[in-house]
Amino acid sequence: MQVIKDKQIIDDSWSYIADDAELKDGDISVSLARWKNDKQQLLHSNGKKGVRIGPADSVDEIAADLKDIQLVELDFPAFADGRIFSHAWLLRGRYNYQGEIRATGHFMRDQVYYLSRVGVNAFSLKKSEDLPVALANLDDFTVNYQKSIL
Amino acid sequence: MYQYNNDDQTLIEQRVAQFRRQTESFLKGQISDDQFRALRLMNGLYVQTHAPMLRVAGPYGLLNSKQFRKLAHIARTYDKNYCHFTTRQNVQFNWPKLEQVPDILEELASVQLHAIQTSGNCLRNTSSDHLAGVCVDEIEDPRPYCEIIRQWTTLHPEFAYLPRKFKIAVSGAEHDRAATQLHDIGLHLVKNDAGEVGFRVLVGGGLGRTPIIGQVIKPYLEKKHLLSYLEAILRIYNLFGRRDNKYKARIKILVKETGMEKFSELVENEWLLIRDSLELSTDRIEAIKAHFTSPAYETDAAQDTSFAQSLSENKAFATWVKYNTADHKIPGYRAAFLSLKAPDSPPGDMTDAQLDAVADLADRYSFGEIRSTHRQNLVFADVKQADLFPLWQQLDALKLATPNNGTATDMICCPGLDFCSLANAGTISIAKEINEALDDLDYLHDIGDVKINMSGCMNGCAHQSVGHIGILGVDKKGVEWYQLTLGGSSENEAAIGERLGPSIAKDQVTKAVTTILDVYIKQRLDDESFLDMVKRVGLNPFKEQVYASN
Repeated sequence: MQVIKDKQIIDDSWSYIADDAELKDGDISVSLARWKNDKQQLLHSNGKKGVRIGPADSVDEIAADLKDIQLVELDFPAFADGRIFSHAWLLRGRYNYQGEIRATGHFMRDQVYYLSRVGVNAFSLKKSEDLPVALANLDDFTVNYQKSIL
Repeated sequence: MYQYNNDDQTLIEQRVAQFRRQTESFLKGQISDDQFRALRLMNGLYVQTHAPMLRVAGPYGLLNSKQFRKLAHIARTYDKNYCHFTTRQNVQFNWPKLEQVPDILEELASVQLHAIQTSGNCLRNTSSDHLAGVCVDEIEDPRPYCEIIRQWTTLHPEFAYLPRKFKIAVSGAEHDRAATQLHDIGLHLVKNDAGEVGFRVLVGGGLGRTPIIGQVIKPYLEKKHLLSYLEAILRIYNLFGRRDNKYKARIKILVKETGMEKFSELVENEWLLIRDSLELSTDRIEAIKAHFTSPAYETDAAQDTSFAQSLSENKAFATWVKYNTADHKIPGYRAAFLSLKAPDSPPGDMTDAQLDAVADLADRYSFGEIRSTHRQNLVFADVKQADLFPLWQQLDALKLATPNNGTATDMICCPGLDFCSLANAGTISIAKEINEALDDLDYLHDIGDVKINMSGCMNGCAHQSVGHIGILGVDKKGVEWYQLTLGGSSENEAAIGERLGPSIAKDQVTKAVTTILDVYIKQRLDDESFLDMVKRVGLNPFKEQVYASN
């Protein structure tokens, strides 16, 4: 599986572990609920750690843990749920998070430009053949009225 | 008025290119209906009963003659030779073809116009006072701040997918002509005790199914904090506004359900964290203000004597001046209203020929600028008094001089069932009937200031809930019925109208309106206005007559 990260198409090293699946070695991400439950176990596992945040979650809940988290996945259940955009902004603008912020789930290619402006630097698309187009969409505009958070 | 720089122009051209790609993808079946719907709405494109409808942004109501000629060209080339002006100072085309919309947007971009964010769940076009910069009751010209907000809202990356639409209006005068209390955010330029000018910020106003008057959230905000405060409100709304029910998704519901005290605390806390990083510098404000300097007024305009002479010699002209012109801050000038409420044409509509002719008149008589108003008329803001008579003659020939500004036939009216896929009931035919019933100008002028607003469905595009007389079309088992309200207002004393009683049949609406006006004429005290009388006597005297005769 490939993803876009920092305007490059790269192989993805991350696996998302469902709440009812066993934790495994390697770079893994888990839901916010699981992170809260299994935090100690996760901190002692090898590999990098990621947390998946949904629109209804509050990023405040992981603010204190961000130093231990290398990936925050912002997961769109539906493309119109704009809370994700504020979550990204808060992670970068309020909590100064420097790790990877990745959009996952049901977002549109046409949203990647806006997402990149609020701090999302990686994109996981449903179909890998869409990656080159999404990459091009990151350059939809060369001028902006608002400062980018990145 | 504001002139685009290279960056502004590049941005709208890139937006056109983006929409062209999106349209092509949709037509090739590469993106879903649902996805394209969101994308096209944010470019002003609705799918209506007969055809798509394209809504073009009139930036805070300010347009120039070149842009008017382009609108005329679009009406002729891509539509059925007319367009429609809306209550939020925008322009709608009712018959474009989907595959031609990217071309229309490209034509618009060539004259610094666009349709960005004129619909959809996003930050909409900012609206303002149509007499900004020329009226006699102004604290400060709101247009530079409107332009600053226009730029800030345009393609804002964080707030493009809000729970629901979001509308901002700015007023800089004592008299609120921009219905700011009925917007998601209303901004009033005000003076504080130290004599400095800043903003009073209102939040949570809105019409539609649950009309609510906005409340003050910040009595005085320094200008430099304008954008940070807007951002704080928008972030709280984006994060906490309801997304489970579209009828409860506007910020007014969030404010109501959270409570104003708690809501303003959330906003304040957010704002304190961001305000220092998003200051509006004096330089930036001044640079934008430089686009809104006064035109080259003639210093001897007031010395003209022809105006007084025409007034005394021509009664029809004097009537037009009385109703369709307004005082101007410069002696010898007046602002002239062009009525888009001629008896035989749908309220707010203009033909391509009228658009072209108005462009020529604007060049000749008002420094090439034209404004659209909240009540769906146009304004030439800077007309020399000596020019008013020839202007009136030419407007009269164009059917744009009906002297009904601010009267009962100056109705706000949505396109209704004839065009809109949301509508439950027709409006245009009733507007025509009311016009015919009130065709006696002396009677109309005797009634005076009565604002009739009529919408074809609960979405309330024509703001019926704040009409002095509101008419709302409803569907009862496939039949068009109409709900009447009295006592609403969108001005300083904003109020939501009260229901008169059970809804009435379509063929009874005009009779009900004339009955209401007759009750007013018979029972008013001296020079009491319609609205004042409704406040004094309540609904009963009107109710008795309307339902007695039905």
